[in-house]
Amino acid sequence: MALLEIKNLHAQVGDRKILKGIDLTVASGEVHAIMGPNGSGKSTLAQVLAGRELYAVTEGSVTYDGKDLLDLDPEERAQAGIFLAFQYPVEIPGVSNMYFLKAALNAVRKGAGQPELDAMDFLDLVRGKMIAMKMDQTLLNRPVNTGFSGGEKKRNEIFQMAVLEPRLAILDETDSGLDIDALKLVAAGVNDMRGPQRAMIVVTHYQRLLSEIVPDFVHVLSEGRIVKSGGKELALELEAGGYAALGIQDAIQDEAEAVRV
Amino acid sequence: MTAVAEQTGLWLTEFTQQPKAAPWIQKLREDAFERFAQVGFPTTHDEEWRFTNVAPIARSKFALQAAAECNVTEEAEPYLARYADIKANAFVALNTAFLQDVQFVRVPRGKVIEQPIELIFRGHSGQVHHPRTLIVVGANAQCTVIETYEGDGAYFTNAVTEFVVGDGAVVDHYKIQRESLEAFHVATLQAAVGRSANFSSHSISLGGALVRNDADAILSEGTEATLNGLYIVNGTQHIDNHTILDHAKPHGASHEMYKGILDGRATAVFNGRIIVRKDAQKTDSKQTNKNLVLSDNAVIDTKPELQIHADDVRCTHGATIGQIDSEALFYLRSRGIPKSEARSLLTYAFAQDIIDRIKVQPLRESLERMLFEKLNAK
Repeated sequence: MALLEIKNLHAQVGDRKILKGIDLTVASGEVHAIMGPNGSGKSTLAQVLAGRELYAVTEGSVTYDGKDLLDLDPEERAQAGIFLAFQYPVEIPGVSNMYFLKAALNAVRKGAGQPELDAMDFLDLVRGKMIAMKMDQTLLNRPVNTGFSGGEKKRNEIFQMAVLEPRLAILDETDSGLDIDALKLVAAGVNDMRGPQRAMIVVTHYQRLLSEIVPDFVHVLSEGRIVKSGGKELALELEAGGYAALGIQDAIQDEAEAVRV
Repeated sequence: MTAVAEQTGLWLTEFTQQPKAAPWIQKLREDAFERFAQVGFPTTHDEEWRFTNVAPIARSKFALQAAAECNVTEEAEPYLARYADIKANAFVALNTAFLQDVQFVRVPRGKVIEQPIELIFRGHSGQVHHPRTLIVVGANAQCTVIETYEGDGAYFTNAVTEFVVGDGAVVDHYKIQRESLEAFHVATLQAAVGRSANFSSHSISLGGALVRNDADAILSEGTEATLNGLYIVNGTQHIDNHTILDHAKPHGASHEMYKGILDGRATAVFNGRIIVRKDAQKTDSKQTNKNLVLSDNAVIDTKPELQIHADDVRCTHGATIGQIDSEALFYLRSRGIPKSEARSLLTYAFAQDIIDRIKVQPLRESLERMLFEKLNAK
């Protein structure tokens, strides 16, 4: 059975329709890339799956692990194993990364019927994962994302993903704002987590992330619909010919702006 | 009979029943009562009290705790009631008219007191208290003072605290107001800070039905003064913080950061006045007031008041009123943290930077606990 099944999904912000009938099926162990120009609805799809209340779902269904996903609050989705790596990780002054991560991990463990971790076991777990992500240990005591560089924020997202071990990871433009070294590091972190028990949806504008995280399937999104699907070679076609070769234009309004409506 | 006479009539009986004190105390009391009898309680027509209606205090009848002998020594005479002005504030006049139990602390010149000096004032139902504190800190001395106000039931605390800070002295002051939710609390802090001295005062207000804090500091040459505050109100609580930083001499620096968290139908007032006198060139002053409003029915009035008479100064001020950041809330929830917990966490985080400025570790820890309780008690 598929882990995630999206059928005819429509979503809008206010009166503006962004998703206009998405169909997508993702099974455990698969990595799906969603590509598309600015304004095509990629980030909206990622945020709708994570439960952002800004977007109203007007039609269609999303089934996750046999449950109606749209019925769940964002925290219930996370507890059920969904993780969104944010395009723009949010700065939260006054909350330490350590406190935040411990609260998150214990909430997710509780959701999975596992016992909460005590402070010592928690520290052991996160230290190992920090070393793997080449993250400075002092980041734990700093407020969440506050004063982090762009690269540190993105690494922090993947580090959180490594700690929370989701069943479905959604990566929203994880490559944006990263130089090539940081990109390789982040991609290695993601690749380490690939496995038969985990599915991933990788949202990106550019092909370059997909040469590091090689997808099983590629879908091209345009004006709120998937207009083409294929294997990893589709990403290379797009790289060579651009979206224009598929007859796709950038939407007039930048998607990043749409998110801030 | 006029309204003022009606109000003061109630207080007159108690005033005359006080045991006689030393002539200099007696004189302070009588002058103060005369002043109070003239002006009575302020009303909302008075600009300084525009958003705070003290009619509930004026209407209530409270008993004086117990008429006692005045305990203050003559050593206090050059200072006591020389700073907190009975003409500026009717509540100061009322407090001074009932000078009895004065907490008088004198720190000798050059002396460094490591342990915080702790003063705890407890209110009792049905009573009025006029706590009076006088702290005289000698030149180059150092001390930390913690005032705590607490109690049970409906009562009225009318406190006045005077600080006289000598040249080069370092004083760290904390006022923790955790009165009962039925109590009235009016408190005036008046600090006269010497040359190159460093005075910082932190006001944490959690309790009280109707609360008014006045915190005023007069700076001298090269003085550094800090006024920080945190107020957390919900239900029908009302809190009014009025502050004055008066730069009388050149090269002074002042920092002010007040933060408020409002919920329910609570109301809050922040009025921060900065005065830079003609002589006070090279003054550097920064004032910030930030408010987090958690409900649609809470109201905050915030007003900076800059009176600048010198031309070579730097003064900045800013006020913000905001709600819980929806992006931050979603971020926390998307990691599995339940909505109510995420809201508490963000609210707590808002208060955190004021708590972090508290240098006394046990106090900081106990405040963290108090805050946690207050923010989770819904």
